[in-house]
Amino acid sequence: VVGRPLPKVDAHAKVTGQTLFADDLFLPRMLHAKVLRSTRPHARIVSLDVSAARAVPGVEAVITGRDLPIRFGILPVSQDEEALCIDKVRFVGDGVAAVAAVSEEIAEEALERIRVEYAPLRGVGSIEAALGDPLGSRHASPFDAGAPHEPIHDYGDGVGLSAPGAPAADGPPVAGNGGEGAGAGDVGARGDGHPPHLDIHKLVALEFGDVDAGFAEADRVREDLLFYGGSTHLPMEQHAALAHATPDGKLTLWTSTQTPHYVHRALAKVLEMPASRIRVVATPNGGGFGGKSDPFAHEMIVSKLSLLTGRPVKICLTREEVFYCHRGRHPVLMWVRTGYKKDGAITAMHFRSWVDGGAYGSYGVASTYYTGALQTVTYRVPRYRFEGVRVFTNKPPCGPKRGHGTPQPRFALEVHLDRIAEELGLDPAEMRLAQLQPPHSLTANWLRIGSMGLGECIRRVVEASGWKEKFRKLPYGRGIGLACSSYLTGAGLPIYWNDMPHSGAVVKLDRGGGVTVFCGSIDIGQGSDSVLAYVVAEVLGVDWRDVRVVTADTDLTPIDLGSYSSRVTLMTGHAAAQAAERARDVVARSASRKLEVPAGRLVFADGRVFDAEDPERALVFDEAVRLAEAESGTIACAGSYAPPRAPGRYRGAGVGPSPAYSYTAAVVEVEVDPETGVVRVPKAWIAHDLGKAINPLLAIGQVEGSVYMGLGEALMEEMDYRESRNVVHRHPSLLEYKSPTTLEMCDVETFLVEDPDPNGPFGAKECGQGPLLPIPPAVANAVYDAVGVRVDEVPISPPRVLRALRSGTRRSGPEHAPRVPWPEPIRVPTPWEGGDGRAAGEERGSRGARAAGAVRAAVATPPAIENVPGAER
Amino acid sequence: MMRLPPFRFLAPDTVEGALRVKREAGSAAMYVAGGTDLFPNMKRRHQTPRTVISVRRLRELREIREDGGWLTIGAGEILNDVAAHPRVRAAWPAFAHAVESISTPILRNMGTLGGNVLLDTRCTYYNQNLDWRRAVDYCLKRDGTVCWVAPASPRCWAVQSADTAPVLAAIGAEVTLLAPNGGAPAARRIPAADLYRDDGIDYLAKHPDELLSSVHLPPPDGSRAVYLKLRRRGAFDFPVLGVAAWGRFAPDGTVADARIVLGGVGSHPIPVPAAARLIGTRLEPDVAADVAEAARRPSRPLDNTDFTLSWRKEMVKPYVERALRQLADSASSSRP
Repeated sequence: VVGRPLPKVDAHAKVTGQTLFADDLFLPRMLHAKVLRSTRPHARIVSLDVSAARAVPGVEAVITGRDLPIRFGILPVSQDEEALCIDKVRFVGDGVAAVAAVSEEIAEEALERIRVEYAPLRGVGSIEAALGDPLGSRHASPFDAGAPHEPIHDYGDGVGLSAPGAPAADGPPVAGNGGEGAGAGDVGARGDGHPPHLDIHKLVALEFGDVDAGFAEADRVREDLLFYGGSTHLPMEQHAALAHATPDGKLTLWTSTQTPHYVHRALAKVLEMPASRIRVVATPNGGGFGGKSDPFAHEMIVSKLSLLTGRPVKICLTREEVFYCHRGRHPVLMWVRTGYKKDGAITAMHFRSWVDGGAYGSYGVASTYYTGALQTVTYRVPRYRFEGVRVFTNKPPCGPKRGHGTPQPRFALEVHLDRIAEELGLDPAEMRLAQLQPPHSLTANWLRIGSMGLGECIRRVVEASGWKEKFRKLPYGRGIGLACSSYLTGAGLPIYWNDMPHSGAVVKLDRGGGVTVFCGSIDIGQGSDSVLAYVVAEVLGVDWRDVRVVTADTDLTPIDLGSYSSRVTLMTGHAAAQAAERARDVVARSASRKLEVPAGRLVFADGRVFDAEDPERALVFDEAVRLAEAESGTIACAGSYAPPRAPGRYRGAGVGPSPAYSYTAAVVEVEVDPETGVVRVPKAWIAHDLGKAINPLLAIGQVEGSVYMGLGEALMEEMDYRESRNVVHRHPSLLEYKSPTTLEMCDVETFLVEDPDPNGPFGAKECGQGPLLPIPPAVANAVYDAVGVRVDEVPISPPRVLRALRSGTRRSGPEHAPRVPWPEPIRVPTPWEGGDGRAAGEERGSRGARAAGAVRAAVATPPAIENVPGAER
Repeated sequence: MMRLPPFRFLAPDTVEGALRVKREAGSAAMYVAGGTDLFPNMKRRHQTPRTVISVRRLRELREIREDGGWLTIGAGEILNDVAAHPRVRAAWPAFAHAVESISTPILRNMGTLGGNVLLDTRCTYYNQNLDWRRAVDYCLKRDGTVCWVAPASPRCWAVQSADTAPVLAAIGAEVTLLAPNGGAPAARRIPAADLYRDDGIDYLAKHPDELLSSVHLPPPDGSRAVYLKLRRRGAFDFPVLGVAAWGRFAPDGTVADARIVLGGVGSHPIPVPAAARLIGTRLEPDVAADVAEAARRPSRPLDNTDFTLSWRKEMVKPYVERALRQLADSASSSRP
């Protein structure tokens, strides 16, 4: 089964329209909920009168923030969301009140009767505005001019920073397209008096090894400043949820979520109900991509409305509301400085991120760390410093989108490296091949690398694309670009700290030969149900179509943390394999006695249990199950999985570790119209090291889907706001938010590189997110190859390309970055400096430090960089 | 989007009946054909007619026939049928191309020619849900007092976005409007170019009670046309610039007459006066470049569609140049 291109277990249901999504569910006496949303980006709620709405015939309940006063959020450190705003609203689209009525039309009519009085506060629409940068002040809004400033939140790392004696701001150099930093500009607080640190949510500063010494060893140093625009997931299925509170005091919520377990926890908290009385069933997601990974206000709202009315209550968000839920790609401004040798070897890297968080925390603290975590896993980076800041702005909250926090820095890094290769006169593919991070090694920031097939990936796309014949050789207007990347196969740590498994599965064998696997994971279209069936069928040697999969129901299935961070195939795969192996052992015990063959010689395959040395000595599978059930009782075996402990022990080490890392290389060919700046992408070649393809057909589908989404981000998709018009979203619609159609999609030639990882089930690593990452930088590098200009900002839109073509600097991109009061970094010695995974000065000898020592012994080759005397800077 | 607001739906069988019920229902009534524009607009509360009068059952609006050298197309013909019609394709391939560039195949199976010709002007401040528009205190085109595109301007700058309009204006097409008149309806036939007005709100020179019954394409008589559409993607999108170029060629291959009309860069199809400079030329590259440069001047793109306004303004020149190049190619390829 494993390794074969089989159909998905839900293929027939999907193509015949039988799949029941959350909005397809109807219960008798069901009510419909609608949410009144803020029309102000930042304002105090002065008064809220819902009495007229309550009086509308057909309205059964109206609630406001005071009915659900407990805050929630996905991360324990960012419990900053309210189901409905109580005292103030933080973006246009924030929920204020909710209605349950017998029809959607009546609910809408009731919303029109609700009176809200707002006292406007100054809205913050950009990173610059949030940090008090003068560039941020150009967006004076006619709606809130004169309104008072107030922090968007009353918590965050900015609190107290504005006080005298706070660390001095340290502006990064202005980047041109050359290699020289021009020094910090004189950037003061902006003219309208916005205190500069009011809206800082998170500040991060980490240093691994002596970075200054690393720069001193370099032959050359290069700096670049780049920007990656925010984009959203755009799932076809709008979020929907149906809640049903029953007279026995229990509540069931069916919801299109990627994380039923986290929704379960948040519901228990917000509703002040024991988790044991709440059942969360995740319905098949019509696309997730990270956009359904948070506990959402509408899930709390329908639950509360059902508890109040005793009737089932459903909501299906409108498309506009899906844009307001967002949690998509953070806009990130990035500055990267790298010291390198003449052969392209990196001596030190310094990376800074300015992260536009939107109105709430969401996953943002993790996202911020992710913008600095994976720079080290592709090429040798012996010394590394990362500083990141996330700011709150009055826009829909950002969070995890496919690649969570890593496509932005990957774009910056791969474009930066393309320039370094050019400066050195090296072929970018050859330069990368010479600097690969070794397999089974540790990185400077204490990430443990397992299998590493990036070299093979590069060689495959270079050969297939005709790279050598095309690079810098195509006619003007046509170009080719290369980029590489890596991604996690599951986050090493859960969202909330605990020592329990990340994934569990139960395999139950039926007397008729049927097999059922119960698992908390939710299929969001990636095929996780199918993977469960394949893995269990492989272990038990049965037809995969005889395996029934029951998933994502907190009452029925063991825990799985959710479909995020590309964790499902690896973690549920291990749990399901373990459960199936245990069930197989029960069957094998009885079969061994019956067949008089040692259990170790029994083979489970083709629906039979037989002697490896005498295949005719056999039982059919259901016969073997009946025998075992008679001897051992009901056969239902559990398996579970928790990732290995990560060696990093410093504060912030929780983001980045993973059981295994996937690797990708892509080559993209473009055609650029120099008169219009329009970029067309005829073809992409992409090679992805996924360890082992459990199902190559689904894996290729994931790779092609990633290329599609990456192409959209590279060329056109952007969450864009009118900062001077109450920070409204420019185009919260499927028509005007531009995402590629089949006509814009390029041909894709996919190569699956199988470098099995010891930590993956059957050697498997992820393939659902990583392949997105190299696409935007490969497009940018190809545009440079085509017309000789650098577009250092995503999306690479026609106006930006044309601006670069007309510009004296042959570049379009950010010119300037706001000042930030970066804190003193946490200094962590690298593995090759004798570190133990802890920050300098922290105590040794703990459990974690010993574990780190054990891993360090396995480090293959610490990337030693020779100092070349007299090398010029 | 919200659900549709409540409304009364009428589907008369005759033109007389349609005109009569429209007059009776007054300004609270609107005609609808395919509904691909009106119904989404109603869900966003741009238009909130209490009565919607369907014209889909009116046979008179469903015809494509020759009429003294002219080709008459009923306004109720669906777009895919118009684009595929052999006579339309033979006479005016540029018009057929404009029709098949509208939206998507599925919507072209519902949408009608008349619906596109009369398409409501569009604007990213206007084509938004009710809640969104409330967040900017509405706009001049609906419920508000300010045109946010140009707050100092007294007028509305919503954008003419029908692909058919610039082509019809360029080739000299005409339209027939029917008005209630007691018994048989009063018909008036006017140049298509005169159907449009340079105002985002009052964008049609058609009385609300009048019914567009047909579109008349002139005999080509040796003239040629080209339509180029600029948009982000190859489907779905409305034009952010449409260039319709038309030329009549003398037997010696020189241009006897020419028109250029721009769509998507103003509230009406914008004629380019500099097209007159093409007369007597053979559309040589330097002449085309000169006219294309001049074509930028009358265009008025503003920040209310996809893309930046400065880029759209810049695109007028290369697109007009390309249109003229194609026009020259098509003229020369048709000569023996």
